[in-house]
Amino acid sequence: MTSSDLNWDAIVIGGGHNGLVAAATLSKSGRKVLLLEAGNDVGGAARTEEFAPGFRVSAVAHLLNRLHPDVAKTLELERHGLKVERSDFVPSVALSKDGPLVLHGAYGEVLTGASPAEQSAWKQLRAQLLRYAGVLKPFLSRRPPDLAGISLAEMIGLGQTALALKRLGKEDMRDFLRVLLMNVYDLLDEQLSDDRLKGLLAFDATLGSHLGPRSPTSLLGLYYRLAGEIGGLAGAQVQPKGGMGAVVAAIRAAAEKAGVSIRHASPVAKVIVEKGRAVGVVTQSSETLRAKTVVSAINLATTILDLVGPREVDTGFVRKVKNIRMKGDAAKLHLALDRPPQFAGLDATEHKGRLVIAPSPDHVERAFNPSKYGEFSPEPVMEITLPSLADPSLAPAGACVLSAVVQYAPYALREGWTAGKTKFLKAIMGELETHAPGIGATVRHAELLTPADIEARYRMPGGHWHHGELQADQMLMSRPVSDWSGYDTPLEGLFLAGAGSHPGGGISGAPGLNAARRIIAMRA
Amino acid sequence: MAQATSKKLAESEIDAATDARTLAQSHFRTLRLGTPFQPRIDALGLKQDWYNWAGYRAPHSLWDEELEYFAIRSQAALFDISPMTKYRIEGPDAEAYLDRVTLRDVTKLKPGRVHYTAWCDDEGFVLDDGTLFRLSPTRFRLCSQERHLPWLLDSAIGYEVRVEEETEAVAGLALQGPTSFAILRDAGFAGIERLKVFDLAEFAHDGGTVTISRTGFTGDLGYELFVTTDKALSLWDRLMAAGELRGTRAIGYTALNRARLEAGLIVANADFTTSEHAIRTDRLRMPDEIGLGFMIDPDKGHFNGRRAILEARSKKKLRHVLVGLEIEGNIPAEHAIVYYRKSQEVGLVSAAMWSPMAKRNIALASLQRPYGDTIVDDLWVEIYAMRELQYQKLMKKAKVVPRPFIKLDRRTANPPADF
Repeated sequence: MTSSDLNWDAIVIGGGHNGLVAAATLSKSGRKVLLLEAGNDVGGAARTEEFAPGFRVSAVAHLLNRLHPDVAKTLELERHGLKVERSDFVPSVALSKDGPLVLHGAYGEVLTGASPAEQSAWKQLRAQLLRYAGVLKPFLSRRPPDLAGISLAEMIGLGQTALALKRLGKEDMRDFLRVLLMNVYDLLDEQLSDDRLKGLLAFDATLGSHLGPRSPTSLLGLYYRLAGEIGGLAGAQVQPKGGMGAVVAAIRAAAEKAGVSIRHASPVAKVIVEKGRAVGVVTQSSETLRAKTVVSAINLATTILDLVGPREVDTGFVRKVKNIRMKGDAAKLHLALDRPPQFAGLDATEHKGRLVIAPSPDHVERAFNPSKYGEFSPEPVMEITLPSLADPSLAPAGACVLSAVVQYAPYALREGWTAGKTKFLKAIMGELETHAPGIGATVRHAELLTPADIEARYRMPGGHWHHGELQADQMLMSRPVSDWSGYDTPLEGLFLAGAGSHPGGGISGAPGLNAARRIIAMRA
Repeated sequence: MAQATSKKLAESEIDAATDARTLAQSHFRTLRLGTPFQPRIDALGLKQDWYNWAGYRAPHSLWDEELEYFAIRSQAALFDISPMTKYRIEGPDAEAYLDRVTLRDVTKLKPGRVHYTAWCDDEGFVLDDGTLFRLSPTRFRLCSQERHLPWLLDSAIGYEVRVEEETEAVAGLALQGPTSFAILRDAGFAGIERLKVFDLAEFAHDGGTVTISRTGFTGDLGYELFVTTDKALSLWDRLMAAGELRGTRAIGYTALNRARLEAGLIVANADFTTSEHAIRTDRLRMPDEIGLGFMIDPDKGHFNGRRAILEARSKKKLRHVLVGLEIEGNIPAEHAIVYYRKSQEVGLVSAAMWSPMAKRNIALASLQRPYGDTIVDDLWVEIYAMRELQYQKLMKKAKVVPRPFIKLDRRTANPPADF
């Protein structure tokens, strides 16, 4: 008997971290689960990959700041080797000519490098941001409420949010509603005065989206960031030892332990649809695999438009899917360095942190401006990590890995990335040289992944790590599209479990977990 | 000097550009377009009684409503259907495309045939109804009440098919009535006798061709003719000349509207509100709610609205039903409220008339289920009959009856009779 003759309970398409989480959760519920990964290894954009001989790096996502606690608990990730302790938290460092400013602990429990007045202003703002993000947190983790037929459980969930909102008190609740859809720039201006701190927050609010700090609703991005938690603390961040691949390895181990069959190099060509129901898949090697449930944890536009095909769904749904904005605006830089760089004014611990070049909110806004017109930022803003400092196994002895997310790099660069890439790399290196003089001379190898590269390498249309802009109109009940925000699709038996689904991207596992829970709840 | 010349040139260029722009924007000066037949219709339109049909100036009536109606039933009536929205749909995937867009099984529609169909949005609500002409294995014409180009184009994603609106490029005439066949035969359309109901064929006309189908909106023997606009007037003249001794009359919509009601046919945005027009959510209608349930074929390939329609059926979520009513007396019950046991409001009449052919007082009505569906007894309509500035309120018994209200053997007789 070949595997084609087997009937699976569930087939999960895509072995990114969400696919693995969905597969493991379904398998733990007693289902027979097959996971099909197109590449030679699972992990998707959360892999640790060698980019130069002896140099390894977290491929796209390089900081863990929102792994959902339910994912860690359900899959018992600690038992599978993923352990996060408070001592693993890394600081965020705002680089500046005026000397660094550092947010220690979980998103700046302690702020250093700023005036006492700014420190106390930050203390208040931080508390407020966490309070407000806390109200949104349940919304940004569980399944969005089903407006058509709200269930009792959802009703209770909404009730809890209403209660949380009420618990804020009258003044705070009003303020929460006032600022909810504000731009981050204006909010920071209301409360802070240090450009370095404001620049850092403006950067974090717009990281991974096609927004500048002054764009309406840009504050939501900061809430999204702070709705994430690590080690039970909101806003905390760690650099996983072994890179993000280590996180994936733990999830994979949990999936295998739960009995998931994982197949590599098995890209899916087609989802089989019979009378409005997804009943299996055909692989690109023409193997037919049937299942009661098909879960797609790959890009949802690819799923609907390519694997299912527009003919099997309604016109209105195709319209909605085609209208999802998912053009990435962030690039990823990997440098293989002869030796660790020295960033001006930073001590050894700070070098192990997240280093942010975003000297002021205006600077971030100005970096954003060209991207609106299809040009990259001549003075890009970026978030840098040096993962080999904490984990020497990532680089040859004495050498160093630099990993950076760089904005803004529009997917559809007007001059085209073939011509633009070298110029953009030069602009980035120029910025790095300013803050870490001499770094350019130590570069042994540089790998710059533009959104176009990320698209091709990780099968992410648009090269957008959220698989769809994470903005107000594409969140919650509107994610991935209105009417279909609950992980199910117009096709019975087909579910969407990728980052394109609510709540969105980042290494959280929440879409995968929620999708699996939805499937389990439906069958029950 | 040279500078002055170039300046002058620039000015004249600007003027030319402005003129061109003004010209391109002059559409608003013609508030109602004329159809290709307008010169003939204007000459016959003694009553100057126009209405707006999809942006065109169309006649309610040309000379006498009653006689126009009887031209349909006793002679032959010529009705200009050029304003009807027409789409040309062509390509190797045209059949599959239309099978997905529309309700009925297009794979069963053979080239040279026409069928009446409808199409729905994702929620299963009817966007429109219309007729689909299969001109060849890969070419279709879809005729409808409303405009749908954005919907049709978005529906074409994933299909090798071209969709173009051809409303302005194609003129249409309906020739309806007992003598219509004889007129076409006498006009020299050889082989016209071979057309059975819902057949279509091309015939030579004025150095070009005309597509004639044995279709219509009257429940009578009749044909529809489609021709490029440059051959429109010669076609009109050819039919008028051939029909001179067979009583051909040009008619307006009022007469046609009566004939269609007798035939039990519905009109979009008169008997139901199309889903893109409806503002109130309870005005949306599924096919089953307007008598078009027969079009739904769950066994054909996927079609727009399938999931929602089948779910509404299985979960018994259908809330309305469209029925034919026969009402006692002879006062038309137009827009009358329908009651159950004379007291409970259960629906509304959308079209009503005293039918000269059926000799019955007939109506179409939308009722809230189960009334009209499982409960069909004890239904009443309240007619407000205006009598010299006073309403005479009549509570009349209504009986649910099958449609069509009249069935004319001549409509389907083969070959058609020579009147």
